[in-house]
Amino acid sequence: MSEHYRVAIVGSGPAGLSAAAHAAELGMPHILIEKTDHLSDTIFKYQKGKHVMATPSNLVLRSDIDFDAGKREFILDTWDTQIEEHKVNVRLNSEVTAITGETGNFKIELKGGDTIQAEAVVMAIGTQGNPNKLRCPGSDLPLIQYQLDDPGEYFDEHITVVGSGDAGIENALGLAADPAQRNVVSILNRRAEFARAKPANVALLEEAEREGRISVRRETNPSEVRDAELVLETRDGAETIPCDRIIARTGSQPPRGFVEGCGIEFTSEERSAFPKLTPSFETTKSGIHVIGALAGYPLIKHCMNQGYDVIEFLNGNHDLKPADEPILAEKFAALPGNRSVDEWLEIFRNNIVILNELSPLQMRELMLDSDVAAFDSHDMIFVRNDPGSSMFCIAEGSVLVEVNPDDSSITVPIEQGSIFGEVGLISGRRRGSTIRAAEPAVTLELSRTAALKLIATVPSAGRAVNRITIERQLLQMFGSGLTKEDVAELVEAAEVVEIRAGQNVVEEGGDDKDIFVIQQGSMIVEKNLGGKPIFLSYLPAGSYFGEMAVIDGSKRTATVKAAIKSEVVKFPGDAFLRLMEKNPALRERALNDMASRRQVNSFVEERKESFSGAVDMYSETAKFLIDNGIGEATDVLLIDETLCVGCDNCEKACADSHEGLSRLDREAGRTYAHLHVPTSCRHCEHPHCMADCPPNAIKRGPDGEVFIDETCIGCGNCQRNCPYGVIRMDPKPPKKPSLLSWLLFGAGPGPGEASYSWRKKTAEKKGLEQAKQAIKCDMCAGIDGGPACVRACPTGAAIRVAPEKFLTFTKLVEDVD
Amino acid sequence: MASSAKNSGSANFERAEKRRDTDHESFLSHKRMRWLKVSVALCLIVIVSYFLVDVEPRHNGGTWYGYTLGTIGALLIVWLSLLGIRKRNMSPGRWSLKAWTSAHVYLGLALIVIGTMHTGFQLGWNVHTLAWALMMLVVISGIYGISAYATLPRSLSNNAREMTRGQMVEALAAIDRQLETAAQPLDRGEADAVIAALGQDVFKAGFLARLTGTYPRCATARAQNSFPAGSINKAEEKVSALLGRRKAQLGQIRRHMRYRALLEVWLFIHVPATIALIAALAAHIISVFYYW
Ligand SMILES: Cc1cc2nc3c(=O)[nH]c(=O)nc-3n(C[C@H](O)[C@H](O)[C@H](O)COP(=O)(O)OP(=O)(O)OC[C@H]3O[C@@H](n4cnc5c(N)ncnc54)[C@H](O)[C@@H]3O)c2cc1C
Ligand code: HEM
Ligand code: SF4
Ligand code: SF4
Ligand code: SF4
Repeated sequence: MSEHYRVAIVGSGPAGLSAAAHAAELGMPHILIEKTDHLSDTIFKYQKGKHVMATPSNLVLRSDIDFDAGKREFILDTWDTQIEEHKVNVRLNSEVTAITGETGNFKIELKGGDTIQAEAVVMAIGTQGNPNKLRCPGSDLPLIQYQLDDPGEYFDEHITVVGSGDAGIENALGLAADPAQRNVVSILNRRAEFARAKPANVALLEEAEREGRISVRRETNPSEVRDAELVLETRDGAETIPCDRIIARTGSQPPRGFVEGCGIEFTSEERSAFPKLTPSFETTKSGIHVIGALAGYPLIKHCMNQGYDVIEFLNGNHDLKPADEPILAEKFAALPGNRSVDEWLEIFRNNIVILNELSPLQMRELMLDSDVAAFDSHDMIFVRNDPGSSMFCIAEGSVLVEVNPDDSSITVPIEQGSIFGEVGLISGRRRGSTIRAAEPAVTLELSRTAALKLIATVPSAGRAVNRITIERQLLQMFGSGLTKEDVAELVEAAEVVEIRAGQNVVEEGGDDKDIFVIQQGSMIVEKNLGGKPIFLSYLPAGSYFGEMAVIDGSKRTATVKAAIKSEVVKFPGDAFLRLMEKNPALRERALNDMASRRQVNSFVEERKESFSGAVDMYSETAKFLIDNGIGEATDVLLIDETLCVGCDNCEKACADSHEGLSRLDREAGRTYAHLHVPTSCRHCEHPHCMADCPPNAIKRGPDGEVFIDETCIGCGNCQRNCPYGVIRMDPKPPKKPSLLSWLLFGAGPGPGEASYSWRKKTAEKKGLEQAKQAIKCDMCAGIDGGPACVRACPTGAAIRVAPEKFLTFTKLVEDVD
Repeated sequence: MASSAKNSGSANFERAEKRRDTDHESFLSHKRMRWLKVSVALCLIVIVSYFLVDVEPRHNGGTWYGYTLGTIGALLIVWLSLLGIRKRNMSPGRWSLKAWTSAHVYLGLALIVIGTMHTGFQLGWNVHTLAWALMMLVVISGIYGISAYATLPRSLSNNAREMTRGQMVEALAAIDRQLETAAQPLDRGEADAVIAALGQDVFKAGFLARLTGTYPRCATARAQNSFPAGSINKAEEKVSALLGRRKAQLGQIRRHMRYRALLEVWLFIHVPATIALIAALAAHIISVFYYW
């Protein structure tokens, strides 16, 4: 027997809940289908007591259920009550496995065989996906679970954890942590090594194994689950162990497969792509709508507003203005001409070439992360050497690029509809030239995140940006009065190549004749001297290489390989030679560059003969730094351990100039030849931490610093994404008594970061909110004098440097005797 | 609108670029030893003028020349003491503690000359000489400090072998957990020796032990003696090996504590003596004016 509704809402996260509540409010026959046995599973799984934030604060909430910043428990309770009050028709424990049929008559299949009919479907299943299931007989038995909320609640059990990643190891360690629980814990790994987990976790697991607290079974698979027993397939044959509970942590499947299975198309093949949507959230499968995180809006407020809106659309209200209308109106208010939001959106879309293919919904989403500005003739838009990873589009008017830093009257125009600033976006480097308005102009500035999303999801935009980038990079790099026409041949023949970290682009002795420009990442140049590869130099993004062999026709004299994952543009050498012949200034420039590179190389080579020890040390130290991720840094803290007296004044100063929490851990980190790389942000060229921040709270500031602003919601994604472990999650500590009252009366904890217990106790006493937020080094931006950690070091041990300035022979051998 | 362009100041950028391009020079060679030069010049002027200036009846603190040196010396002492505040007051501004320390060290050394010339070598058993003696004590402890700062960091770094203090303690705890299990099959006497080793708190070390790094009452070393090589069974062998590892781990922690202690111990003379010096200096100045 199957039920029939006007709308079926799949998934009861904030998006689905809000949609269902509004449908109930309007009296629309509906059903809310949820996989788990409770509402809103993503939020349900937040850490207990997590403070949930309601950003963006200027967005009004449009929903029949309430939401404001507060504790996870309070929010879930409110929703449970309000969903009941609104008489929402909820069906829990029902996983949707397929949706077939056409608009007006969809058939929704549930796990277990039930079906539901609905005229329209709203999919709000979020992006968490499904955990990978065990694939063996008995895998549907109730002793298997895919999550572990509280390892402290199990006693006297035989528990087997399946999975060799961090999640599995952490669960196993948690279950075996307290011997008083008397659990017998085993962990199964299909392979011999725990290669996917963090080394620290593996070390803890191995220790637990040595001490007999956890039985680690390598090269072992579960082959059959029985009641209170598990059959294992090991290298030496089958083995049966007692087992009361299985915790399977073998990763999860993103929901994309399921969504595509329903006939819905995505914008591209990229992992970061979202379903194609109309302004009313309808997918390419007419009648099925997608909202919430799955639609690309991960913030709870957006989710809830979309739930309301989608039901309004389904109810025939096509004039509904999206809830972000006031935000956009405020953004556009500064522009001349008194146009409405819709008019401006159309102007941007029609005039700017790379936006032509966007849907109105995509335009709105893009706008939320973007800034618009109007300029008068001659107004500066940005200045050479400003940091900036945003990209500008010219909606009206045109701009001039000052190509020569010494003479601002030499300019090149960029016309309406085109873009600029893309080099900063792609390479993460500073602005290469000053740009000013040629006439009154209106620009759209896309934040790095918005621009990258655009490039990834709209292929035509990606191609256009790439072509322009290559062209401009060539013009900028070789300067010397080149024109677009001059480099056209090179641009045409250009090929973008991705290079893995450590992969060779050019090999010493090779006789290939290509020339390369580093678009993203960085390279190191090495030469074989005395049977050992010796580090010669470091090339940051924006440099070119490979010209020597092209110019003098010789074999490659050195190896160039990627310091980190990089992207280079490859040009055929003969086209470059032709360009050089036509252009004497360029020729001279290239020869000069080549000569100075030769000089550096021969300097190192000479030294190798006379001071072999110093050269080896230089080379090893440079390689050590590169191995520790310096190749993607822009500003990194180093500590010379021949000078560091361990006073920790650097940490104290950091804490005291930043609300009482230190953003660096001096002791932790790697050391080579007394050069120590402590745990502190390197302000990466392409910060990994930015990748997945729901409110886009991580930005690059005016001094090049990567910082987190106050809109951080404390989700911890950046902490997981930063490969250098420099982000910590902590609530803002209470204010300390002044230095004077500490000196005179011993009031408070004194200089530096107060102990955890002091912070907690004082905050409780003062009744302060203890919401955890992500904190990291902001390079002391805005503090006169610059980095406090460096200024506070009494001996000069702590320095913050840029890799391209530090990875030189003179700097690295400074203190070698 | 124009100002919305982010031309927040290329001065900032240039300053930051300069910083990112710094050589790593120590506080002793800061700015090509600028403060050493200042200090040497100061001392030369004082020494030369001491012999050139002819005061009656002879050089002492009470002549105009003596007052001049005394004032310079007293101001220097006050300024030198302010390092303690500067170090803890992390205010914005273009200062660096390295520059302060550099000036502190060299100007502090200059005090030997300034202060001593100020006395005109008129020393006796009084509050004036007490102030001079305290000053010399501060200076001498400072000289020890410099020698510690110059030599010990390398040893500290070599000993740490990329481990943080927390990791060293954690490593010890891991060995201890293994020892506990391994000691189960042992007989009473041997087990007691192991338990005594485990029970001894690493951080409850005496002052001297900490400074010298010798621990005559180390229970781990004693326990090791209960397992003489050659005459032991399998279980004992395992415990003995673990005790060896414990000893080595303890050694690392103790060396770490020792270097840290040596780097700090002199401040326990330098700072209290500074406070005493300021008190004595105040008494000295008041008594001079009182008896004027
Ligand atoms: C740790 C963490 C902290 C965060 N903190 C904040 C914060 O403070 N503020 C903020 O605004 N945002 C925060 N976010 C982001 C926010 O929680 C999510 O983006 C938001 O919950 C997405 O809502 P949604 O309705 O689109 O999907 P979800 O909330 O993910 O809900 C999807 C629901 O659909 C169900 N479902 C899935 N598949 C099926 C199926 N096939 N059949 C039936 N049901 C199905 C799921 O069980 C789930 O209940 C945080 C995210 C994380 C991970
Ligand atoms: C009378 C002269 C001096 C006075 C009053 C004085 C006073 C002080 C004070 C108050 C401190 C701060 C200690 C702290 O708070 O931790 C200090 C630190 C120090 N002093 Fe002196 N000092 C004097 C001379 C010297 C001399 C001559 C030297 C070296 C030769 C010296 C070397 C140092 C060093 C290395 C530090 C430690 C800096 C640090 O680690 O931050 N001092 N001194
Ligand atoms: S937080 Fe991590 S990923 Fe982000 S910039 Fe700093 S070091 Fe790079
Ligand atoms: S630069 Fe500033 S914020 Fe960054 S670690 Fe140093 S003191 Fe802390
Ligand atoms: S302030 Fe300087 S000397 Fe002190 S711990 Fe930090 S780096 Fe070492």
